[in-house]
Amino acid sequence: MNANWPLWEIFIRSKSGLNHKHVGSLHASDAEMAIENARDVYCRRNEGVSIWVVESKNITASDPDDSDPFFEPAKDKVYRHPTFYDLPDEVKHM
Amino acid sequence: MANQQDLYQYLLRLGDNALILGQRLGEWCGHGPVLEQDIALTNIALDLIGQTRSWYQYAAEVEGKGRNEDEIAHFRDAIDFYNVLLVEQPNEDWAYTITRQFLFDAFNYYLHLELCDSKDAQVAAIANKSIKEITYHLKYSSEWMIRLGDGTEESHGKMQQAVDDLYMYAGEMTEPDELDQRMAATGVGADLQAIRPKYFEKVNEIMDRATLTLPENQYFQQGGKKGRHTEYLGFILADLQFMQRTYPGLEW
Repeated sequence: MNANWPLWEIFIRSKSGLNHKHVGSLHASDAEMAIENARDVYCRRNEGVSIWVVESKNITASDPDDSDPFFEPAKDKVYRHPTFYDLPDEVKHM
Repeated sequence: MANQQDLYQYLLRLGDNALILGQRLGEWCGHGPVLEQDIALTNIALDLIGQTRSWYQYAAEVEGKGRNEDEIAHFRDAIDFYNVLLVEQPNEDWAYTITRQFLFDAFNYYLHLELCDSKDAQVAAIANKSIKEITYHLKYSSEWMIRLGDGTEESHGKMQQAVDDLYMYAGEMTEPDELDQRMAATGVGADLQAIRPKYFEKVNEIMDRATLTLPENQYFQQGGKKGRHTEYLGFILADLQFMQRTYPGLEW
């Protein structure tokens, strides 16, 4: 039975104003069941206010073999981070 | 204002329905067909056990003998349980479990909608808290009825068998007895006469969408509300009450 059900990636928004975050994956026969399963599997302890589900096959991921050309060049360019400014205490989440 | 003895009895009916069905669903824990549904059923079981606690706590208060909700659950015999026969029927397979759940949820939903307006503030408060959970239970079981009834030939056959076997327990819930009538008259209990057409309309609607048919013989079994049960309840209580009967007052 399980083998026939496609896999879905589950994204939960923990409270209004925040982004949906990937929390895991589960099996379901369609999107509606995926939402209900996600509600039962990932939101039992008051974790969320909104659920997105995406069938895993619809996600295109970057190739781990490409990670050097993809990500390495960013590492030594500290000037791309705003680390040279003095931030006032009032500015949060930087 | 309802007679206290009537109110106590009525609260036990509400609590017993939730406890026995919760216990039945709990039997699925670790045995669900897939992890997701195992968790879904045990979630519903926990909702029901939570509702049981609220009803029993209030029942204990009304009884006024200083008992707590655990004692009410553990130290009564089958003849003193007043749940409807439907909820004690065995899980059998997924089709039976879902059909039993749907037939009960549809009733429980309309029952709690009525109880939300109870003249007893505590009954209304418990119903208001529970109705959100029950609304989800009904959505869940309705969707599974439709999904499997209108599914493959095999799933349709299994669902139809479950409906044929369980439908005889659907009538008792909305059939008022003297206690139901007295409680409805005081405005504390629900008016089952008013619930009955809504219940069967809902059942018919979902059966239609699930391409399932109700049995032609519409003779309904009853007795649970009076403490007359099927053979299954004794076994459920043996499981449920064993520890407290063997070691009274045991804590863990």
